[in-house]
Amino acid sequence: MTDRSFLAAKALKTRKSIIEMVHRANSGHVGGSLGAVEIVVALYYCLMRHRPEQPDWRDRDRFILSKGHCTPVVYAVLADCGYFPESDLQTFRRPGSHLQGHPYQPKTPGIDASTGTLGLGISTGVGMALGAKLRNQQHHYYILCGDGELQEGQVWEAAMFANKYKLGNIIAFVDRNYLQTDGHSETVMPLDPLRPKWESFGWDVDEIDGHDFAQIIAAVQRAKANASRPTMIIAHTVKGKGVSFMEHEASWHGTPPGKDDFRKAMEELGHGV
Amino acid sequence: MEFKQTRQGYVDGLLELAAEIPDLVVLDADVAKATKTVDFQAAHPDRFFNCGVQEQHMLSAAAGLALEGFLPFASTFGVFACCRAGDQMRNSIAYPQLNVKIGATHCGISTGGDGASHQSIEDIAIARSFPNMTVLVPGDYEEAKQATRAAAYHVGPVYLRFGRDTYPVVAEIHGDFEIGKAKLLRMGSDVTIITTGIMVSEGLMAADSLTEKGYSVRVLHYPTIKPLDEKAIIAAARETQGIVTAEEHSVIGGLGEAVAGVVTQSYPCPVHRVGVMDVFGESGHANELLDQYGLRAVNIVEAVLNILSEPLKKESYGSLS
Repeated sequence: MTDRSFLAAKALKTRKSIIEMVHRANSGHVGGSLGAVEIVVALYYCLMRHRPEQPDWRDRDRFILSKGHCTPVVYAVLADCGYFPESDLQTFRRPGSHLQGHPYQPKTPGIDASTGTLGLGISTGVGMALGAKLRNQQHHYYILCGDGELQEGQVWEAAMFANKYKLGNIIAFVDRNYLQTDGHSETVMPLDPLRPKWESFGWDVDEIDGHDFAQIIAAVQRAKANASRPTMIIAHTVKGKGVSFMEHEASWHGTPPGKDDFRKAMEELGHGV
Repeated sequence: MEFKQTRQGYVDGLLELAAEIPDLVVLDADVAKATKTVDFQAAHPDRFFNCGVQEQHMLSAAAGLALEGFLPFASTFGVFACCRAGDQMRNSIAYPQLNVKIGATHCGISTGGDGASHQSIEDIAIARSFPNMTVLVPGDYEEAKQATRAAAYHVGPVYLRFGRDTYPVVAEIHGDFEIGKAKLLRMGSDVTIITTGIMVSEGLMAADSLTEKGYSVRVLHYPTIKPLDEKAIIAAARETQGIVTAEEHSVIGGLGEAVAGVVTQSYPCPVHRVGVMDVFGESGHANELLDQYGLRAVNIVEAVLNILSEPLKKESYGSLS
């Protein structure tokens, strides 16, 4: 297993990168990106088989950001892995950049599927996973959903389909932070009890602390060991994790940090790492 | 006159293609008996995936299959593909320009008894408005088969439009099928009739009746709505006194407006649109509805005569050329 302090350092660098990217663009989604850092870092630096120098390697594990608005966390990690120069991050959401607001597979090396409107990503990932199963390929599909996203009917269409075709090559996460654009998920549109929903759709369900690397890694290993059914890992997270004044605040869903908040956030994350 | 289903042409095309393209797969959304993909399922059960009543998931899953190198044909009714799953067609397929083919049946008013909820009269407008989309609207069984084959060998998203009923077989359109190429069916110098889809037979009947009356009528058939063969339209605008378009679709956003868009920019001339006049349909037999909604040769003839009786003539545009 990859050294834990190595992952923690990558997580810190990713958080700073997210804040910088969204601040510079003055546009983007910082809260949900910060909350998903440990999941994305654990996948790219520890769990997924991938080759940054060969983004279209046929046997690579795929990652699909179904909560497509959280591109900053993925772009930060892809750049750090070497899929494209880190200086590209400065062009995020700017005209001419390959780093679109939402993932666009034809343009960005390392992006495996285009997503954007919620619900498309998991559905596309399920279709991809069927394709791999038809060809007896052994790689996995890691899909990251938002919890608010689960209110989309299409998510449950995809859930039924994955169960019908027993797509055990799918390991999905729901970033369960209970916050969405308009507030608390259970007020906006209740999702609980979430676990039995997925279980009744025929998925294996695991529940973890989504900021604990050991738990993320163990859950993925359990999912890999049971290849007969798709897995949904309910990862309990804190939206805005790592920046005190952004934590648990729905208002940081899609608001870019201004000058003062940017400075405060970067100070909290510490300079020089 | 022989009548055949265009949706059968779709599936017969798929059955031919299955032997040629091992990566071709077919998806359906619980209407396989109606779209006729049930024939494909019987021949290739391991290459057929029934998504249940999930048009939205079907289109996104087809995008996923295309990302993994498959050639998916996703089949459902036009109204479900374009309206229910319009977001998925746009964001999962058209925007990333994935190699997905959408086989849409039960399009147009001739869908009949199911009524307005199932009669797709906006699908051409929706599909052609998405960048990267190719839109094919074949006129009979044979052309439906040709269009399906052409779509399979074209790289990129394609929307294929078929009907539910049986429609006249039109031998004149059975020449080579090339995406983006109009078919000149009659040469003429007074007026031009431009048809798409099943309206080709009505267009030819209208031309015959006008010829009997002594008019010289050009007939162009457009099995491709996008990319649009602009050259043939501009030539018709220059060389005849006006254009009548005929489509089994709303007059908003379909062939008629596409043609009008070309001539207003390049060589203005009168364009009269025969189509569904911005109203929803209702239940009835296909033939009754085609009569009732003005989608017949007689309606095309009337539009032609209106153009020829108009005082607005080419000379009025004098310096525009």
